[in-house]
Amino acid sequence: MKRKFLYLVLTGLLVFGASSAIAQSKISGDVVKIGVLTDLSGLYSDLSGQGSVIAAQMAVDEMGGKVAGKPVQVISADHQNKADVGANKAREWYDREGVDMIVDVVNSGVALAVTKVAAEKHKLFIDTGAGSTRLTNEDCNPYMIHWVYDTYATGTVTGKAVVQNGGKTWFFITADYAFGKSLQQDTTNAVQAAGGKVLGAVTHPLNASDFSSYLLQAQSSKAQVIGLANAGGDTINSIKTANQFGITKSQKLAALLMFITDVNALGLNTAQGMYVASSWYWDQNDNTRKFGKAFFNKTKKMPTMDQAGVYSAVLQYLKAIQKTGTDDADAVVKQLKSTTMSDAFMTNGKIRADGRLIKDFYLFQVKSPGESKYPWDYYKLLSTIPGDQAFQPLSLSRCPLIKK
Amino acid sequence: MRIAGYAVMLAIGLIAPHVYYPIFLMRILCFALFASALNLLLGYTGLLSFGHAAFFGAAAYVTAYVAKERDFSPAAAVITGVVVAALLGTAVGLVSIRRLGIYFSMVTLALAQLLYFICLQAPFTGGEDGIQGVPRGHLLWKLDLGNDMVLYYVVYVIFLASYYFIYRVVHSPFGQVVKAIRENEPRAISLGYDVNRYKLVTFILSATLAGLAGSMKAIILTFVTLTDVDWRTSGEVVLMTLLGGMGTLFGPSVGALFVVTLDTQLSDRVGPLVTVLIGAIFMVCVLTLRRGIVGEIIALYRRVVGNSHHG
Amino acid sequence: MTEVFGVPISALFGQLMLGLVNGCFYAMLSLGLAIIFGMLNIINFAHGAFYMMGAVCAWILLNNFGLGYWWALLIVPVGVALFGVIIEQTMLKRLYRLDPLYGFLYTFGLAQVIEGLFRYKYGVSGLPYETPDKLLGAVNLGFLFLPEYRAWVVVVSLVVCFATWFIIEWTPLGAYLRAATENPQIVQAFGINVPVMITVTFAIGVGLAALAGVLAAPATQVSPLMGANMIIVVFAVVVIGGMGSILGSIITGLALGLIEGLTNVFYPKATNTVVFFIMAVVLLIRPAGLFGREK
Repeated sequence: MKRKFLYLVLTGLLVFGASSAIAQSKISGDVVKIGVLTDLSGLYSDLSGQGSVIAAQMAVDEMGGKVAGKPVQVISADHQNKADVGANKAREWYDREGVDMIVDVVNSGVALAVTKVAAEKHKLFIDTGAGSTRLTNEDCNPYMIHWVYDTYATGTVTGKAVVQNGGKTWFFITADYAFGKSLQQDTTNAVQAAGGKVLGAVTHPLNASDFSSYLLQAQSSKAQVIGLANAGGDTINSIKTANQFGITKSQKLAALLMFITDVNALGLNTAQGMYVASSWYWDQNDNTRKFGKAFFNKTKKMPTMDQAGVYSAVLQYLKAIQKTGTDDADAVVKQLKSTTMSDAFMTNGKIRADGRLIKDFYLFQVKSPGESKYPWDYYKLLSTIPGDQAFQPLSLSRCPLIKK
Repeated sequence: MRIAGYAVMLAIGLIAPHVYYPIFLMRILCFALFASALNLLLGYTGLLSFGHAAFFGAAAYVTAYVAKERDFSPAAAVITGVVVAALLGTAVGLVSIRRLGIYFSMVTLALAQLLYFICLQAPFTGGEDGIQGVPRGHLLWKLDLGNDMVLYYVVYVIFLASYYFIYRVVHSPFGQVVKAIRENEPRAISLGYDVNRYKLVTFILSATLAGLAGSMKAIILTFVTLTDVDWRTSGEVVLMTLLGGMGTLFGPSVGALFVVTLDTQLSDRVGPLVTVLIGAIFMVCVLTLRRGIVGEIIALYRRVVGNSHHG
Repeated sequence: MTEVFGVPISALFGQLMLGLVNGCFYAMLSLGLAIIFGMLNIINFAHGAFYMMGAVCAWILLNNFGLGYWWALLIVPVGVALFGVIIEQTMLKRLYRLDPLYGFLYTFGLAQVIEGLFRYKYGVSGLPYETPDKLLGAVNLGFLFLPEYRAWVVVVSLVVCFATWFIIEWTPLGAYLRAATENPQIVQAFGINVPVMITVTFAIGVGLAALAGVLAAPATQVSPLMGANMIIVVFAVVVIGGMGSILGSIITGLALGLIEGLTNVFYPKATNTVVFFIMAVVLLIRPAGLFGREK
């Protein structure tokens, strides 16, 4: 009995050995491969996840599945919000699977790891999901393009709006990793510039299970505004717990990064009146509505700015290959950085030398249940901020690529 | 006969990077070393440390930090990491050796968790982001470790040297005493041996080698994250040792080969089910395959050879 | 607003209250762990997984069957306990005679399997479980803003813990259990069915864990990962308290929860580590644990 099991195990070993050897030999050459590296099952999966993969495929389909004579293939993987899983996958993809471009990578910790791999391998990485401004400052490199938003944009726009509305004293609840810290820092700068004051902050682990003790600390600070420097599931839970503890009666909550899927999960009753600084909303014009409805038909949800960004990034990438006739990263990056781009996601967007895509930014407010007329009618537009004002000016850039 | 076997294994090790992805192989070597380090403690002393990732991860963090932020050469960085692991091993060992059996395991687990949270907070570890972009550097001014192939052979040499070291320790008079302690501790005490000191020294050696594995991992994969000090990593390496064969020389390496391959091949296709599979293998091992793969092979071999001698 | 050591009183008591709630969970879980170890000689690594199952099953009951919190409190601990009995009968039985090491490893594997399966089905981000309507709302005591639900948790936990302690220490059933721990053969010779006692004990331990899970569901995020994070702290609690004493486990659990709460007020950075730090200190001074008796 034991012996049989032993043989089974040994056979298993051999099979694995053989299969990995076989898997080795299928290295692609004549295919443009796009890798969607995202959070498929964790706290960011609603705002990106499978939706991002579908968005990427939509862009490929729009180009007819082929570019410059070569077929295009989209593959995906779950980085599980772990930098090591993400970096290993990126390395494997670039080295062995012949992936030419990696897109999405929601989660700044993973993005920071992947951008290093991309720089090492001289292959393209377009980040649509992560927020940390480090990607276009300290950790910038020629192969990295930051597409949709960053913590400077959302933090500054929201921070300024809230201060101007009377929220002068702030206390932050911050996700304890690159993104959260980046968001807290950028918002702090904006708040102070607008005449406000930061009374304190507390950090929490990513995907924290219980926000009560953090909110209690926020409450005892007596700040007028509790700034939530986190995203996705963490933001949702912070807001829910704040309601549970009656904190919203005396203090205002400011979600410094919010996606439409968060509003959907919270419900308009809880989320109404909150400010949302966003790069894109499905109900802005006919182009955006067309894309939104097509996406909705496939997923039963309206796309977030990240998912729309994935569509746009893949589309523009393929168009660039079409123009240059090659998928060589250096040529494509040069083409992308010299083109003014328009599609369902943006009008006249341009990529700067530091890898930052500049486009218009918007300040929305969440509608009350009475104001919402149809499903996913969640936002009303308060103001439009031109790209060169929303994003960090080049003069403040800490990116080594920018020569001063 | 034995020498032929070793020669074959050596040859496989030398040709392997030309057939398989070198990074994948180096991960196997790292974990094989890590598991063998644990085996020194578990297989030969009978002490189950469930917090060995603390040494692995701490050394990895230190190596990554000094290599990236302080411009240490890879050799110096690795040595620094190993030294830190040894010191940490001494501290943890002193606290935990006093407890026997299962308490020892729970204590090591809890102490490792303490280190995990310290790593989470400490500024230099980068918290949840970890440390990325660790420079590979050059060895002996000539060998460019940025080249995966070159790095592989360097790692392979270090691996073989460590293995030889373990072999010597196990077969030394020191090793004999340690085995005696595992077999019958009261008797060893009555023979006048300072049992605790032997256990402590073994613990420190084990922690140091685990640290070496961790330091190498930092250089090979160029990043370190909290996963490296997570108790799940400790659990995985216990599984490798158990599955491969506790108390055998090659068991842990076989276990590492199996588990890393499983992890790499399956984690894309089935995600969290890999955890389920690993857990299930663990359970089966404990119930029926306690000697591990290599242990069973050795037992089989002995039965066959033994029969032919008596026949 | 009155202040104590520079901290507003409502914040201090707020954190202490949260710490007490955590302490209740620690107490219930370490109690279960101690009982199981006493009878079965197995350190149940899967205890955290059963806690998690309690919470997730409560969620499943609500989402898939429309049965709310009060049903969950009754059905889930029993259901998970039954599951525990199946595990005990089919798998754990073979491990009793072996070194507790193997039980530890086996239940570790079991915990991974359970957690992995739930993770596969439900992902890692939380499953929302709303506080039951009867317990919504809070009482403002002036020095403390006390959510009703958390007060309820404390009351239930304390009642359950002390009831268990009472049964074990002061009733004939408990006496049989304790005797069977000391010397199973003699107890068996007296005509008492020891294997049944063992199964019952395991079921009680698991049930306690699952109950803690149901209690936790409205308060913390329900997630397949919640057990793993808990179990290691509970191990530390058990090492500090010592495995021999039931009352010791309860008291240690509650005390450590309070200490964690206190730490969160004055030195939040150390909240996660304070339990392990205390464990290290206790090990150096009193290796058998504060209330423990070395077997």
